[in-house]
Amino acid sequence: MSAEQGKKTFVLKGIGVSPGVVIGKVYRFDPLDVQLSFYKLEDLTLIPKEIARFKNALKQSELELLKIQENLKKTKVTEPLYIIDVHILILQDKKFISRTIKYIRRLGVNAEWALRMTLDHYKQIFEGVQDVYISGRISDVQYVSQRILRNLSGEKKEVVWAIGDGVIVVTHDLSPADTAQMKMDKVVGFATDSGGRTSHTAIVARSMELPAVVGLDNITRNARTGDEIIVDGTSGLVVVNPYPDMLKRYEEKRLLYSVSKEEYLKYAKLPAVTTDDYKVQIGGNIEFVEEMPSAITHGVEYIGLYRTEFIYINREELPTEDDHFKNYSQVVTTKGLLWSTIRTFDLGGDKFLSNQKQAKELNPQLGLRAIRFCLKEVELFKTQLRAIWRVGALGKVKILFPMISGVEEIREAKKLLEEAKNELLAEGVKIASEMEIGAMIEVPTAAIIADKLAREVDFFSIGTNDLIQYSLAIDRANERLTYLYEPLHPAVLRLIKKVVDVAHDAKIRVAMCGEMAGDPLCSLILLGLELDELSMNHLAIPRVKKIIRESTLQESKLLLKKAMSFNTAAEVRAYVQEYMLERFPSEFQKEED
Amino acid sequence: MERIIELIEIKTLKLKNKLGMHARAAAAFVKIAQQFKADIFIERKGQTVNGKSILGILTLACPNGGMLTLKVEGEDALAALEQLEKLIENKFGED
Repeated sequence: MSAEQGKKTFVLKGIGVSPGVVIGKVYRFDPLDVQLSFYKLEDLTLIPKEIARFKNALKQSELELLKIQENLKKTKVTEPLYIIDVHILILQDKKFISRTIKYIRRLGVNAEWALRMTLDHYKQIFEGVQDVYISGRISDVQYVSQRILRNLSGEKKEVVWAIGDGVIVVTHDLSPADTAQMKMDKVVGFATDSGGRTSHTAIVARSMELPAVVGLDNITRNARTGDEIIVDGTSGLVVVNPYPDMLKRYEEKRLLYSVSKEEYLKYAKLPAVTTDDYKVQIGGNIEFVEEMPSAITHGVEYIGLYRTEFIYINREELPTEDDHFKNYSQVVTTKGLLWSTIRTFDLGGDKFLSNQKQAKELNPQLGLRAIRFCLKEVELFKTQLRAIWRVGALGKVKILFPMISGVEEIREAKKLLEEAKNELLAEGVKIASEMEIGAMIEVPTAAIIADKLAREVDFFSIGTNDLIQYSLAIDRANERLTYLYEPLHPAVLRLIKKVVDVAHDAKIRVAMCGEMAGDPLCSLILLGLELDELSMNHLAIPRVKKIIRESTLQESKLLLKKAMSFNTAAEVRAYVQEYMLERFPSEFQKEED
Repeated sequence: MERIIELIEIKTLKLKNKLGMHARAAAAFVKIAQQFKADIFIERKGQTVNGKSILGILTLACPNGGMLTLKVEGEDALAALEQLEKLIENKFGED
């Protein structure tokens, strides 16, 4: 875990040229470097074999060049012919060959390593040449070396792909020759520095229906082979070394993407109203402004959860008020949104480079994070609060404080929010005239004292992911405990029911913004709980709307009542599953085995 | 071990083609040099390279007007030198 924390999360924006979401391991494809494995020969008896391997690669390379030359002759292109001559002569260059063989023999290194040393030797010599034209000829030596290396690795390609399945090819750009030699069955996505919609990478990716993002400028500098990487070809985003929560969200997104079908899209723009006229507001959870077009297409009515952490993670310095403002304004001014709920910073302090010296926490989920961290780092928090006030002048904005565990925290946060407002007013800055304030209900104590909290805020948003994790005392990242993670646990249902009931008594609205909100299997249970708003991964919206539109509030209440009468989580799940399967046979048949 | 050398031919020549000993010229030189059994060396400013090594010739970086000394050793040395001299005199068939 601590090793993972050490890796810096990077989010890069490029051009999404092939849609879909994929998570995998980086394979840094460098035509020259990365597919090489450098090693010392195990014993000296292997030297002749290694030399023979090198000579074979030379011969193979020469044959290839002769063939290319032959083809070029047919097309009557004369200009590049002499270049190929030069390349063949380099391949045959006795000094070039003998130097490489000498390295193999004397140092006991493999052919790749030896060739690399030869290339370095020539690089040094050519760099010393005054004549710019001549020193530029090193590129020909590199080109030839590259070809030899390809032929060397051709004999043992499995080494190249040893990082396993789910390979995401990260490279500067791909040429047809590059893709031709890839083991495409292992590749699940592409991320490249350059290129556009019509680049070779884009065309290959689309034809293979693999997500791809191009034009990322410097992905090759930020990603190393073996790094975890997310490629979101729909939004044009790439995340290198995502932190665990983000990874989980994208895993969900990936699953949704694979089941989201065209047929559901017709439900996207329809309201989520039951046949007995109970309306639920459907919102979207987003993280990046790039997700907005897709969110609108999938029918978000508002943004129920705008995660703001990414603004902090991608940089060396703390974001300024304007950085916040610029990002928020793009979301807030999107046409067709009723409002946008901006959630304040929800991570631990370790996400800041400047604060990395602070003691590593043994249990960051229970550590100094979210509102706790913000209330300690008041200036940092105020920067964000000021930006939220300002962006409220451009469109309707609500603010949501995460990880509230008691009344003191919400009061303290509100006090700072008020201070930020007064500062801005004194400065004569244009801000929102009013702003609804919400509390995340994700710490069990908050759910238990929801009646007290309801007097402090304008709305609640139930974060089921954390509420379940904290209530059941399970670390969501611990795979041996996943069997305990159960949104339909009787205690979880009771907590949610209590929160909704006391909120409605206090006449405030209750939203849900956890994964549970977008799980169609839970849709009727959530209707029965009478949540006012469901905010979810936008890809889940059309299907959830379809189910809600075919149900009644009355049946949902009955289902909930029955579900809550069981003693165990397993009984609840079995009952709900059976009900939903019977009620919506076409929706659930295939998935639940 | 001393080798018996049948013939040694030495000649100093001036490069007359515009680009000097660039890649195309070097390739042409090596292609001819390779046809002979004789060892061929090119010397320039105290640096000697193998005349059958394109990388060696390139690193001499001999410009237009630069002087080269060819040293050819072997039974077909005379024929080799003749051919190479012709190539250089004819500006490598360029210009």
